[in-house]
Amino acid sequence: MSMLDIRNLQVKAEDKEILKGIDLHVNPGEVHAIMGPNGSGKSTLARALSGHPEYQVTGGEVTYEGKDLLAMDPDERAREGVFMAFQYPVEIAGVNNANFLKAALNAKRKHAGQPELDAMEFMSLVKAKSKLLEIDDSMLKRAVNEGFSGGEKKRNEIFQLALLEPKLAILDETDSGLDIDALKLVAAGVNAMRSPDRAFIVVTHYQRLLTYIVPDFVHVLSGGRIVKSGGKELALELEAKGYGWIEPALANR
Amino acid sequence: MSQVAEKPSVFAGALEKRPQGGPRWLDDLRARGAARFAALGIPTVRDEEWRFTNVSPIGAIDFKPAGLISGTADRLNGFAYTDAPVRLVVVNGRFDPTLSRLKGLPNGVHVGSLAGALADYADIVQRYFGQLADVNARSFTALNTAFVQDGAFVHIPDGVAIEAPIHIVFLTGSDEGHVMTHPRTLVVAGAGSQTTVIESYVGDAGETYFSNAVSEIFVGENASVIHHKVQEESLDAFHVGALHAHTSRNARFSSHSFALGGRLVRNDASAILDGEGGDCTLNGLYLADRERLVDNHTTIDHAKPHCGSHEVYKGILGGAARAVFNGKIIVRQDAQKTDAKQTNRALLLTDGATINTKPQLEIFADDVKCTHGAAIGQLDDEAIFYLRARGMTYAEARDMLIHAFAGQVLDGVTVEPLRAALETELFDQLAKDLVEADAKP
Repeated sequence: MSMLDIRNLQVKAEDKEILKGIDLHVNPGEVHAIMGPNGSGKSTLARALSGHPEYQVTGGEVTYEGKDLLAMDPDERAREGVFMAFQYPVEIAGVNNANFLKAALNAKRKHAGQPELDAMEFMSLVKAKSKLLEIDDSMLKRAVNEGFSGGEKKRNEIFQLALLEPKLAILDETDSGLDIDALKLVAAGVNAMRSPDRAFIVVTHYQRLLTYIVPDFVHVLSGGRIVKSGGKELALELEAKGYGWIEPALANR
Repeated sequence: MSQVAEKPSVFAGALEKRPQGGPRWLDDLRARGAARFAALGIPTVRDEEWRFTNVSPIGAIDFKPAGLISGTADRLNGFAYTDAPVRLVVVNGRFDPTLSRLKGLPNGVHVGSLAGALADYADIVQRYFGQLADVNARSFTALNTAFVQDGAFVHIPDGVAIEAPIHIVFLTGSDEGHVMTHPRTLVVAGAGSQTTVIESYVGDAGETYFSNAVSEIFVGENASVIHHKVQEESLDAFHVGALHAHTSRNARFSSHSFALGGRLVRNDASAILDGEGGDCTLNGLYLADRERLVDNHTTIDHAKPHCGSHEVYKGILGGAARAVFNGKIIVRQDAQKTDAKQTNRALLLTDGATINTKPQLEIFADDVKCTHGAAIGQLDDEAIFYLRARGMTYAEARDMLIHAFAGQVLDGVTVEPLRAALETELFDQLAKDLVEADAKP
C-alpha cells in the first residue's frame, strides 16, 4: 500500500465532469509531477485532494495512509498532513500573517497531541525557517497575502509548507507568475523539504519548474485522464514536442 | 386639538408622578420635557428618522419608573470591566455610593452623582445641562428630561489629565414588573484636560425593561475626551440612547460604541465640531442575532473650519436580525477645509439577516473633503477554505474572519482590560449564537 492511492477518481465542478478516472500511487519520498495542457484537470486534481467544496467527487476512491481521504473535511486532511500550496493564495484582510501561521501550526500540533507553541517559541521557529525563503518581518506583520506581490504570495505558501511539515505536499502551479529568481527561491524551499518520509505532487503547466524540482515520475493529464506516465525525461520530451505530441496517445486509447 | 393629543398619552400616569424639586430651572425643564413628550409621543415609522425602526412596542408595555431593588452587587457581576479602578454606579437612576469607587482622583476632578452636583456644582450644571440634548428635537430626550433626578456628573478642571478611565455603570433591574429608567450623564472637560470615560448599560438577563439614556459631553479648548459606550442590556430589553458631544477649538473627541445587548436598540450619536481645528472619531461595533434590531444614527456637524472627522461602524448580524445605519455629515457654509471620512460595513452571517444603510451628506461649504463607503457582505468562502486547508476547523476559520472584521473597531479601544473584556464578550456571544448557524458549511 502506498501513502496515497488514487483509484478511478472522478470529479465534477460546476456540474461539468472534469476528472474522468484518475489512478495514481504515491509513496513516501517520491516526487510526482502532473503536467498537462490548460483545462486538462490538473488543478482540479489538486483541489479535489485538498477537499475544496466546489469540487464534487462523483466516483472512485482515495486512500491516504490507509484512511479514506475523501471522507475527511478539508481541515482534517490538513491536520493529518496533507498540504496544498495554492495557485492563487487568498488575501485575508485584518488577519495578521504571523498569527495565521501560528494558528495553523498549533491546529496541527494539537491534533498530533503536541503542546501548542507560545509566541516566543513560535517566533524562534519562524526565524529559523524564514531565511531560505527570504521571508522578512514585514511579510509576517502584514495581513495574510494582502498586498503581497505574486512572488511573495508563493514564497509565503512554501514557507507554510516548511512550518507545517506535511507528509504529502501538493503544489498547484506554484511556478505560475514567477520570474526566474523567484522560481529558484521557491524551488530551493521545496527541495530543502524533500525527505524520505515526505511525498510531493507537483502540478505544473511548464517543464521549467521541474528543472529545479526534479521529479521521480511525470504524469501527463489530458481530458481528465492520465494519458502518459514516465520518468523525469518525459517532461523534457513534452517541452520539446509540445502538448500536441500527446494527442496520438489519446487516440490510441 | 391635534389627533395625537386626543389619544391617551403613553406613560401618562408615570409622567404625572414625575420627580419634583431641585432648582427652579430644572423643574421647568422637566415640565417642558413632559409636555413635549405628551405632544410627540413615541415616534412612528412614518417619521423619516425612524423609518426602519418600529419602536411602538415600547409604548405597548406599561413600563413603570424603576424603584429600589435588592442584591445590586450581585446584579453587577458578569459584565465587562467590573474591576475598573474608578467607578460610578447608578442603579435605576439613583447614584449608589456603596458600589462606587471614587477615591484617589486628582485634585479638582469631580466624579459623582448628578443630584449632588445640582447642589455643589450648581452653576456648571445649569450652564451645560440640556444645552445639547434638546427636549424639542427628540421625543425620547423629552421623556428622559421629564424624569431627571439623578445620574452621573464628571467635571475635569482646566489643564488636568487623568489617566485612570472613569467607568460609569447604569444598572437597570426590577424585583417585580416591567420597569423603565432614564440614565443621564453630563461630562464637562475643561480646557487642555484629558480624560477617558466609559459608560456601561447593563441589566438583569432575560428581563424586559426600557432604558432611555441621554449623555452630554463638552470638550473644552485643546482638551481630549475618549468616550466608550458599552451596551450590555438584557437581550429582551429596549434600549434607546442619545450621545451628544460638543468640541471647542483644537479639541478632540472620540467615541467607541459597542452594542452587544438589547432586543430593540436605537443609538443616536451626535457630535458638533464647534471650534476650529477640532477632531472627532465616531466608531461603533454592533452584534445582533435572533429577531433583534440595532439602529445606529450618527450625526457629525462640522460647524467650523479645519476640523476632521472619522467614522467606522461595523455590524455582525445573524439569525433574522435587522440593523439600520444612518450616517449624517453636515458641513456648514463656514466649515472650509473639512476632512470627513465615513465607513460602514456589515457582515451578514445568515440569509435571514438584513441591514438598511444610508450615508447622508449635507455639504454647504465648497473646499472640503468628504468620503463615505458602505459594504455589506457575507464571510468569504475562499478565505474560509484557505484557513481550513491550513488545519483550522470551520468554526475556528469563521471566528478568525469575524475577529478580523471586528478588529478595526475593537483595537481602537485603548483601555486594555476593557478591550480584552469586550473581545471575550463578543466571542462568547457569537459562540452561543452561531451554534445553530453551523448546520454544516
